[in-house]
Amino acid sequence: MNTVAATPPLVSVVTFLPLAGAVVLIFIRGESARAVRAVALTVSLLTLAASLVLYGGFSGDSGLPEFVERASWLGRGLDYHVGVDGISLFLVLLAAFLTPLALLSSWKSVSDRVKEFSLFMLLLETGMIGVFVSLNLFLFYVFWEAMLIPMYFLIGIWGGRRRVYATMKFVLFTMFGSLLMLAAIFVLQAAHFRATGAYSLSIADLAATSLAPGLQTWLFLAFGLAFAIKVPLFPLHTWLPDAHVEAPTAGSVLLAAVLLKMGAYGFVRLGLPLFPQAAAAFAPALSILAVVGVVYGGLMALVQKDMKALVAYSSVSHMGLIMLALFSLGFEATEGALYQMLNHGISTGALFLCVGVLYERTQTRLIADYGGVAARMPVFAGVFLLAALSSAGLPGLNGFVGEILCFFGIFGANKALAALGVSTVVLSAAYLLRLYRRVMHGPLKDPADARFRDLDRRELAVLAPLVALMVVMGLFPGPILRKMDASVSRYIESLEAKPPLAPAIKGPDLTIRAQRPAAEPEP
Amino acid sequence: MARYFWLIPLVPGASAFVLLLFGRRFSRRWVAWQASAAVFLSFALTVAALAKISAAGGGAAPLSKVLLSWIVSGAFSASVALTFDGLAAVMAAVVTGVGFLIHVYSAAYMAEDRAYSRYFAFLNLFTFFMLVLVLASDIVLMFVGWEGVGLCSYLLIGFWFDRPAAAAAGLKAFLVNRIGDAAFMVGVLFLLANVGSSSFAAINAAPGSGLLGPGPATLAAILLFVGATGKSAQIPLYVWLPDAMEGPTPVSALIHAATMVTAGVYMVCRLNGLFTASPAASSVVAWVGAVTAVYAATMALVQHDLKRVLAYSTISQIGYMFIGCGVGAYAAGMFHLLTHAFFKSLLFLAAGSVIHALGGEQDMRRMGGLRKRLPVTSFVFLIGALAVSGIPFLSGFFSKDAILTGAYAGGRYALYALGLAAAVLTAFYMFRLVYVAFYGAERTSPAPGAQSHEQPRAMTVPLIVLAVLSAVAGLIGLPALFGERANVIGRFLEGSFAAAAPHPAPSTEIALSLAATASALLGLGLAFLLYRRSPGIPARLAGRFPGIHRLLVRKYYVDEAYDAVIVRPLVRGAEAIYERFDLKVVDGALNGSAAAATRAGRGLNALQSGLVRDYALAFLLGAILFLGFLIL
Amino acid sequence: MIAPAAFFVLAVVLFVLGVIAFFVKKDLLTQFMAVEVMLNAGNLALLALAKASGRPDGQALVLFIITVAAAEAVIGLAIIVLIFRQRKSIRTDDLEDLKG
Repeated sequence: MNTVAATPPLVSVVTFLPLAGAVVLIFIRGESARAVRAVALTVSLLTLAASLVLYGGFSGDSGLPEFVERASWLGRGLDYHVGVDGISLFLVLLAAFLTPLALLSSWKSVSDRVKEFSLFMLLLETGMIGVFVSLNLFLFYVFWEAMLIPMYFLIGIWGGRRRVYATMKFVLFTMFGSLLMLAAIFVLQAAHFRATGAYSLSIADLAATSLAPGLQTWLFLAFGLAFAIKVPLFPLHTWLPDAHVEAPTAGSVLLAAVLLKMGAYGFVRLGLPLFPQAAAAFAPALSILAVVGVVYGGLMALVQKDMKALVAYSSVSHMGLIMLALFSLGFEATEGALYQMLNHGISTGALFLCVGVLYERTQTRLIADYGGVAARMPVFAGVFLLAALSSAGLPGLNGFVGEILCFFGIFGANKALAALGVSTVVLSAAYLLRLYRRVMHGPLKDPADARFRDLDRRELAVLAPLVALMVVMGLFPGPILRKMDASVSRYIESLEAKPPLAPAIKGPDLTIRAQRPAAEPEP
Repeated sequence: MARYFWLIPLVPGASAFVLLLFGRRFSRRWVAWQASAAVFLSFALTVAALAKISAAGGGAAPLSKVLLSWIVSGAFSASVALTFDGLAAVMAAVVTGVGFLIHVYSAAYMAEDRAYSRYFAFLNLFTFFMLVLVLASDIVLMFVGWEGVGLCSYLLIGFWFDRPAAAAAGLKAFLVNRIGDAAFMVGVLFLLANVGSSSFAAINAAPGSGLLGPGPATLAAILLFVGATGKSAQIPLYVWLPDAMEGPTPVSALIHAATMVTAGVYMVCRLNGLFTASPAASSVVAWVGAVTAVYAATMALVQHDLKRVLAYSTISQIGYMFIGCGVGAYAAGMFHLLTHAFFKSLLFLAAGSVIHALGGEQDMRRMGGLRKRLPVTSFVFLIGALAVSGIPFLSGFFSKDAILTGAYAGGRYALYALGLAAAVLTAFYMFRLVYVAFYGAERTSPAPGAQSHEQPRAMTVPLIVLAVLSAVAGLIGLPALFGERANVIGRFLEGSFAAAAPHPAPSTEIALSLAATASALLGLGLAFLLYRRSPGIPARLAGRFPGIHRLLVRKYYVDEAYDAVIVRPLVRGAEAIYERFDLKVVDGALNGSAAAATRAGRGLNALQSGLVRDYALAFLLGAILFLGFLIL
Repeated sequence: MIAPAAFFVLAVVLFVLGVIAFFVKKDLLTQFMAVEVMLNAGNLALLALAKASGRPDGQALVLFIITVAAAEAVIGLAIIVLIFRQRKSIRTDDLEDLKG
């Protein structure tokens, strides 16, 4: 795992290209919005291209991180250590894929301080990708926090009427969780040092260290809270509707599509493998919260009056299902959950873009202000319907593949929870198609209304790739699932293999023994 | 050509894809031609494949092909694999054959519509999904078709989406179906977890090999059947089908009469191994079917909307098919599915022809005497009505008789009696319709857009073809009375079903046929008496029993009950939770803790007086305390 | 030779006088002088201890402190003068800019 990459540092390129782009943006003089937009889009497209190279070169045979780069940074285990495995690769791709679309979608809707906007979008991209590629806990934390800053400004400057309230709520809530995580990171570092005599914050090293159950519990709770807020798990979800409603379209897209995945990714990468026994002990309780979130989010989505709030609550429901699958701790469910994370990114991203398309035309997000739009915007109607159906898990589209795998795994773990979770099949169809009926169907509110022109080329260019992915990922999940297989099975093994440390030791529970030599990958 | 049987679904699918993307740029003529040709090609392939397996001995030698290993993850595996056996052949023939006729009919029926290409794209897409459902050799893939046809049904019911009623009906259909589908999905999960494979062959063999105990088999079968009650509009999930009549009439004929709604029956037949292994689940199927058959028929008695009468009739006839499946007479159920597809699509298309001619009028009270204005339509409608009523030697007679015989021979006399009662009601409401709409005095007011002449040939030719089929299709399923080899369809399907249906003695069979004929004639006679001979009686009857009449007219208040018991509490409850719990409690706790932090800050503010003396005092006290601690 | 204890008593007396003066007086200048008294009381105590220990370090330290205190007094007085120029008052009750 510690091999030095012989290839060009592709992961670093993917991660820091947007940052470099942001630096370039600073030097663009004056208020040339066109140039700024062009540079930002080009940079994000280059990042996408680089990430596709990453995908092409990724073998996924070993289940270990590939394209690993490691360099000493701050000492005491605070290293620069990045790479991608089958779990993180696709989330990197998701972030790299959605950023250019988000930039393109705000081509017209953001006309104020375009330079700063594009800058923050690119910074956000670096932050998002950084979180996924980090193999060092401290680096992970740095990116995790760094990502908050651009998001804070994106909502706070380009947001809606209550943007300041929303952005403060979002940042403070998330920060609250991550500070506990920071404390836990240093406790872990100390624990690892006592056990092995070496400083390391490499995630793989830490995962190989057995911890006493008591310590595990506290650390799991500290990490888990940070992740649960981000997911968001019921009842920590209330920042999400506010943030989504107030955020600009591009912000909503990235927030829903990528940022929410970080919570779930955190559980997969850290929460569960680092503290397997604590995780197993808390899995039933968290599963119940997750399934409550599934039903609760669905019911709340049913009664929203604001389109964005509706989609936000649908995210609560969908993420609940993903968490439910992850906590069932099985192979199929985990793979399904990872796939579903991508699906959620694509379908919810598309839904937010669709809402953005409508908002650009009318400046309102209230469902009651619409009606009969399909008659004027037939192409848009088709795209919107596909996005809704993909989100509702219609077989043949991407959502179904993830959903059925999740359900299969959950059903194997707990039949009652699975049966409750299946209610999302009905609920998601109900809130999404009810939304569709009220917005798109029925008579036109005002037949003379000329605002509803159909999608233009730019909007089509934003939505078409998403629609294509929905269909392709629904029919051909193989290329994605196969690259995940080895990593997921390693992950499942890691949950089972590591025995807990006997709880016989007294004292402040900082007692740790190395179970096997650190940084020694299994053959 | 049979080798390419896997193209059967793909051809309409490709056509739908092209039409969806580029249809708006094509001419109307091209759109109609392309869509119809695609389905015809499928039909030709079906016939070729059917001939091939028929030559090889029916279900004994199914064609199969794996197109794609679709979802594979750990122990879960579902592939895109198609199987063409006897059962699939019958269903595929219905879908493509009737589907083709309806495409042709639609070309004329929808000629005035603005969204012509969208209509045909959806119709092709429906055909694609339906054929996927039929040919799937894997229950997960069947579910793709299953939900796909539901989607197309939604799209086509709400085709005229600017009408609020149509949009609402489409949504209702989709959601009610999704409720069934959720149960279906749990059933599928149950099977996957127990059997470890999603292929029909494995599932049907599982009860026999001990992989699936009787308890789990019953549970799984019932869950799947709940899905079927949604798709096939049986109690308790039938409520969407009458509303679905908001869609264009050819759609009602294809989706809501001939093919999609019978998918539930097909699914039960496809999983006959599972259902046979569970007598309890089979009983549930049979009883739900029987009760629905009578129940829906009673609602058809008082409807005035031409299409709604036919919709309730469809519900009732599908109930029949489930009786057949439930008593183990799967072949009879499929046989009735086949004949029903012919005569019910005929009835719908003929009704469409009437509606088209009258400029959109659907209320039979404003029709009458159509016999003279629309001779062809009237004649074929009469044939359809006779067939559905079970008048001897038309197709419905044989298929209905086969089901009733199956029920009787299985010793299920109560089911048999219900079936017979439904037969009386069927003949009655069908001929009520015939007498009111086609006989008697003309009550039509010359509506704008109404035409007085017969329809164009694109509409009449499919009607005539279907009329012929409705009349003679029964001959492929003659009862055992006519010899062992007379039941062509029964023998053809033999290989698809695990167990053979029980047969009564020939003398009993004759008696049963006579009883069925008598009940059909009884219903017909009553209709003649009440609606032709002395048309005053119905009103008097309604006056005499106002409670019952209102109950029937209001469809037993089931829609209202569902609304009051399920829909409204759900939405109101969610609203209350949102306002009282989510905003006040969950978010309130969050904002409350933020406010508490602010308040605490304000409180501590008082210490910060800004006066040097206060700070110095605090400093002094601190120093004294510190020293005190040091000394003590 | 005067006993070190006597220096201590003097230092304590001076310090307490400084504290009382600081709290009784309300103008910045006098309070500043009170602080100087306290500081020098501290110095005195330090000197006494240094003498008692017999080593020169303490006395050297006191010399440093006196030097630094002189510099600090200059700055302090300058600040007081500036405050007076701006506010026309050096009453500490009027100065509450740090109030939260």
